[in-house]
Amino acid sequence: MTEFLQQLINGLALGSILALIALGYTMVYGILRFINFAHGDIFMLGAFAGYYLAPKIAAFLPTPSVGAGLVVMGISMVVCAVMGVIIERLAYRPLRRSPKLTVLITAIGVSLFLEYSGQFVFGAAPKKFPDLIPTYPLTHLGGLSINSNQVVVFGVTLLLLLALRFVTLKTKIGTAMRALSFNPEAAALMGINTDVVISFTFALGSALAAAAGILYAVSYPAIDPLMGILPGLKAFVAAVLGGIGNLPGAALGGIIIGVTETLVSGYISSTYRDAIAFGVLILILLIKPSGLMGRKEVEKV
Amino acid sequence: MKHLRKQIVWLALGLAGIGLAGLTGCNKPASGNAVSGDIIKVGEFASLTGSEATFGQSSHQGTQMAVDDLNAVGGVLGKKIQLLTEDDQSQAGQPATVVRKLISRDGVVAILGEVASSRSLEAAPICQQNRIPMVSPASTNPKVTETGDCIFRACFIDPFQGTVMANFTRKTLKLQAVAVLSDVKSDYSLGLAKFFKEGFAADGGKIVVEQSYSAGDKDFNAQLTAIKAENPDGIFVPGYYTEVGLIALQARQLGITVPIFGGDGWESSSLVPIGGQALEGCYFSTHYSPEDTSPAVQDFVKRFRAQHQETPDAMAALGYDSAMILADAIKRAGSTDGTKVAAALAATKDFAGITGKITIDANRNASKPAVILTIKDGQFKYVETIAP
Amino acid sequence: MRFQHAKLALLAALGLSLLVSLVANRIDPYVLFVLYNIGIYIILAVSLNLINGYTGQFSLGHAGFMAVGGYTAAVITNQFGALNPFASSALFFGALLAGGLFAAVAGLLVGLPTLRLKGDYLAIVTLGFGEIIRVIFQNMDLVGGARGLSVMHNYTNFFWTFGMASVTVYVVITLVHSTYGRGFIAVRDDEIAAEAMGINTTKYKVTAFVVGAFFAGIAGGLYAHSTQFLTPGGFNFMQSIAIVVMVILGGMGNTPGVILAAILLTLLPEGLRWLAGIEHLPGIAKMHPLGWIGGTRMIIYSLLLIVLMLTRPQGLFVFTMKKAKGTS
Repeated sequence: MTEFLQQLINGLALGSILALIALGYTMVYGILRFINFAHGDIFMLGAFAGYYLAPKIAAFLPTPSVGAGLVVMGISMVVCAVMGVIIERLAYRPLRRSPKLTVLITAIGVSLFLEYSGQFVFGAAPKKFPDLIPTYPLTHLGGLSINSNQVVVFGVTLLLLLALRFVTLKTKIGTAMRALSFNPEAAALMGINTDVVISFTFALGSALAAAAGILYAVSYPAIDPLMGILPGLKAFVAAVLGGIGNLPGAALGGIIIGVTETLVSGYISSTYRDAIAFGVLILILLIKPSGLMGRKEVEKV
Repeated sequence: MKHLRKQIVWLALGLAGIGLAGLTGCNKPASGNAVSGDIIKVGEFASLTGSEATFGQSSHQGTQMAVDDLNAVGGVLGKKIQLLTEDDQSQAGQPATVVRKLISRDGVVAILGEVASSRSLEAAPICQQNRIPMVSPASTNPKVTETGDCIFRACFIDPFQGTVMANFTRKTLKLQAVAVLSDVKSDYSLGLAKFFKEGFAADGGKIVVEQSYSAGDKDFNAQLTAIKAENPDGIFVPGYYTEVGLIALQARQLGITVPIFGGDGWESSSLVPIGGQALEGCYFSTHYSPEDTSPAVQDFVKRFRAQHQETPDAMAALGYDSAMILADAIKRAGSTDGTKVAAALAATKDFAGITGKITIDANRNASKPAVILTIKDGQFKYVETIAP
Repeated sequence: MRFQHAKLALLAALGLSLLVSLVANRIDPYVLFVLYNIGIYIILAVSLNLINGYTGQFSLGHAGFMAVGGYTAAVITNQFGALNPFASSALFFGALLAGGLFAAVAGLLVGLPTLRLKGDYLAIVTLGFGEIIRVIFQNMDLVGGARGLSVMHNYTNFFWTFGMASVTVYVVITLVHSTYGRGFIAVRDDEIAAEAMGINTTKYKVTAFVVGAFFAGIAGGLYAHSTQFLTPGGFNFMQSIAIVVMVILGGMGNTPGVILAAILLTLLPEGLRWLAGIEHLPGIAKMHPLGWIGGTRMIIYSLLLIVLMLTRPQGLFVFTMKKAKGTS
């Protein structure tokens, strides 16, 4: 029983990070109907931003501490938000009228570019991510281990999800984002500045990816330029699982993927771990393609 | 109709283009110009980019330093060595292309490479067919040298290393029941695990559970929890330092206190920074230790640090040694002819390498001792040497 | 009249390939190997073009079919020792066909569940299938798993490579330009309208996958017998992407363009390697030992991708007046 509970906790921790990355994916897809393949690499850049920032911040604030963590995460989020906007401007905006697949290929190009430039600039070897926040083992009751990092990750994910819901439901720009996701032409006709809203969406999504990157690096303190590929793909699966374009769905999807992967890995076979996320994806798309919480999209002819 | 005709025209043009390309290749003879003037061309292929870039870059740095050292004292047979390095991008299919290029286009006399056994296995038949000696710095799969009499390696092989660790854990550490956590994507890891399991069982030990992960994974909690449930005395992790550090961290976080041990894939100056306290009291076998007080090793470490701002890891040291034994063989053969150099390589005996005294055995593998290190106070500390 | 032209062209191509293969031993082995790769990638790109370009089913898992074909063919030929030329040709042909058939079955297994999916979802699911195939081979001891499979026989030669390439092109072009073949394009252009017109879109989609996978399997078999070593890692997502880029670059649904793109993109890394080779000076203390061109090869490749998509997204080699219809 203990083993099962422990695996559940492991799965939840892993799932929260996937959920955070998935939020960014689902937002961009919901508004632009395209998979930003480079999202996983923004996640990686967030982690690296934190890596380079941490020693600078350590000059002002004590590390490890909550304060240092917040500051580093905040600045990384801003840095990545800017990067996201730049990428959108240079690589995606000119292709807005183009077939979806052109943009998809461009996104793949951007992703490869970020990965290999990362290898060139940062070096390919994994780097130790500095201890940003203090880590405590929390409980060891009955053989169960939870540590503070896992709780922090879960908490921050929840907070950001709530913040995101607030932005999309209660703010003006959030409403504009939702309008754009329903019908871009009508939204433009209503006087919404499409370009600004799209840039904002990218900025927001990238900031979320950066936050996920920092949290990931805190939990698994070895970062390298290729670290975003697999989490990115799994997070996309999570977003689809939850219903693409649906925020709580993405979070739920992330948790489900995290738990499923952990349970299958621990109980059945860890050699098939990579394939599990895809297996789940295929299943869900066969059974309920709109995802767990998605709307059925009817294509009018 | 015009449409289809146009397509056919383009097709024909395309084929003609290919034909032309083929013809340009017609006039390049093979290795005739390998020893033109005063240069000896040696080819190297390594994973300089891609998922295993860190190992390729390390071994390349070692190899390059060896070539520079050799050239600084006048080269070999009075000629300077030119190292032609090709990047195989850690990608299958690439070694076949680049090694062919090095041999037929560039006319190299020998090939150095690679770290990954799978990529060495891809290139070895090509070198063998062309009678070009190949020296792998760090591939440990026995099959590599089985390809033919021109294929050598500067390191020991998995069966030896696996047995070394099995004996050490069983007899010295006196562990009874052990778990194995291997990298399913790496033939190195699988090979080492296999031989360890055989050795450990032969010594009367028991493998209680086996789990696996993939290189690049960061989360091992699922596997470690399953391992913890079986209560082993120790965990054998025959993987690379890139994952081992995290595995140790997560194991301690889950409350696993037993020692963890592994093979030469652990050897790197990045291991302890990542794993930290979690690695205290763990063991691994390797080819050499940068702590080794012998002047040759210390000199190598010092000069490497000066050039690359990093302590050389096992890959770098092996890259260095592979180039050195090749140069030594060329010297002893008195020529760069492939068959002669191969024979000289096969006769290598007690060559003083950075990674120990290298003797090439009948299977063209390096017979040399393994060194067992432990981590204490954040440093690698020498424990013992195990002779073959 | 159209058909006659096509058949003539095929026979001519086959004849030419045979002629060239007879003088192949005068060609530099490295160049020959690159030529084989060109042929193999032509097959891969043209077969993927049938799925992606003509039928509009965006598949990102083509390397999986290549893997199935390659491993099957290799396992078959590995059972036999050295044979006389006639027997070995027959064996090779049989092994290639078997590889193609197994790959076709895989294509069926992938095509059927993906019927209801479109656009990006389809892309990710096919990517998933490609990865699942790779993981299966990684765990299969019969083919050595991660340790790889050595292929004993070096059967691939110019005739087989370009012969098969010609056959692939012939089949795809005649298929698409036939009356039956209009269905593929109809599915791509507007699936709902096609259904409304009574076209069985299911049949066309599955056919595209099966035929495309079949030829990818053949390409895999050819690859196996020229590289002579297979690892599951060699059939990963990156490999699929490489083929997809060729299709996109050439222009979706534009077979001659795709052929040219395949040739260009196979030669590109060799060209870059040649460029990087310029700085292979006698190895005395280099500041940046990896060489700035060598280290940035993939960066240049990815930038090329982005720039090409931004400047000429319809494909580099679109010659006909056909407007490239967008897919949703």
